[in-house]
Amino acid sequence: MSHTTSGQPPRQATLRSPLGRVRGMGSAKSGAHHWWMQRVTSIALLPLTIWFILSLATSAGMTHAEVLLWIGQPFNVVLLLALIGLTFHHTASGLQVIIEDYTNQEWLKIGLVLAVKGICWLLGIAAALAVLRIAV
Amino acid sequence: MATFTLPKNSTITEGKRHPAPSGSKNVKAFKIYRWDPDSGDNPRTDTYEIDLDQCGPMVLDALIKIKNEVDSTLTFRRSCREGICGSCSMNIDGLNTLACLKPIEDVKGDVKISPLPHMPVVKDLVPDLSQIYAQLRSVEPWLKSDTPPPPDAERLQSKEERSKLDGLWECILCFCCTTACPSYWWNGDRYLGPAVLLQAYRWIADSRDEATGERLDALEDPFKLYRCHTIMNCARTCPKGLNPAQAIGEIKQLLAARQG
Repeated sequence: MSHTTSGQPPRQATLRSPLGRVRGMGSAKSGAHHWWMQRVTSIALLPLTIWFILSLATSAGMTHAEVLLWIGQPFNVVLLLALIGLTFHHTASGLQVIIEDYTNQEWLKIGLVLAVKGICWLLGIAAALAVLRIAV
Repeated sequence: MATFTLPKNSTITEGKRHPAPSGSKNVKAFKIYRWDPDSGDNPRTDTYEIDLDQCGPMVLDALIKIKNEVDSTLTFRRSCREGICGSCSMNIDGLNTLACLKPIEDVKGDVKISPLPHMPVVKDLVPDLSQIYAQLRSVEPWLKSDTPPPPDAERLQSKEERSKLDGLWECILCFCCTTACPSYWWNGDRYLGPAVLLQAYRWIADSRDEATGERLDALEDPFKLYRCHTIMNCARTCPKGLNPAQAIGEIKQLLAARQG
């Protein structure tokens, strides 16, 4: 019985050849799109987040009615909806990578990824609805 | 979840101390990880005090001196002793490197030596690399070409085409990088790791190879390739000064580029 310097169980608890185990089920033939969208959303979020923070800073001292008016302007509605969509898309795909990194059991991995995606969807829809109720 | 603590049979205990011969002036202590599969004991750290005036300049010189003169049971791999065979890769002073290229004087205080991290240990400083070798085999690191070579000549490359292999061909497969990668520690059963991905890119970048698409197909996988999060331990630890993370980045760019 061998052991590893970091305490993970030894990987040779099977008689299948190392090459057979490594080849496994082959390549999933996916991942490029997920990787690319992570980059695209993070770059798109840079200007959107700066715009949003600057808008929040300059709206300090506005009355409730003035804020509603600001949110209702078409330009702001479009950017707010874009910010909401991209933020939750980016959050979900980033958390998915972290979950895949650190969970070993397949059922837990799939469950957590689905839960994160579901929560991000719902929060995104709720945030978008809040903007649209003011705007429309 | 990932395991962060050592199980009981892997906890490292304090081992024997081998003092330097009396009269030594320039003494340095080497604290070396020892584990013997036949003894059933836990791994331990043995301390060897070496007179540097009677020893070569590199860490490997000290290991050979210990094996020859102090403790012949110390087990480690070595061959060329000049940084080209990749056998003596181990963790020295907290960084994976080649014992033959690591000057003793670069280490402040005691010289702590352990096997490459996170690999099954065969004995002492010898890790079991069969999984990484299988992963290397799985990327088929050889020229694949349907076009037969010219009858009386080698396959030609332009100087520009050849220069794309610089920074790739120098890899000696010591696996310092792969065993330094946290992503490989957590998901080494599926993630190919920096050394193997650099080798895969070495053939993707080769103008004489005709299997680029097939190679990219085999790598496009959330685990085989995309577990690389550009942590950069690989480039920091490479004893040959290579940058596996850059090679992995090139593969990711090619995969994005071929989407359209």
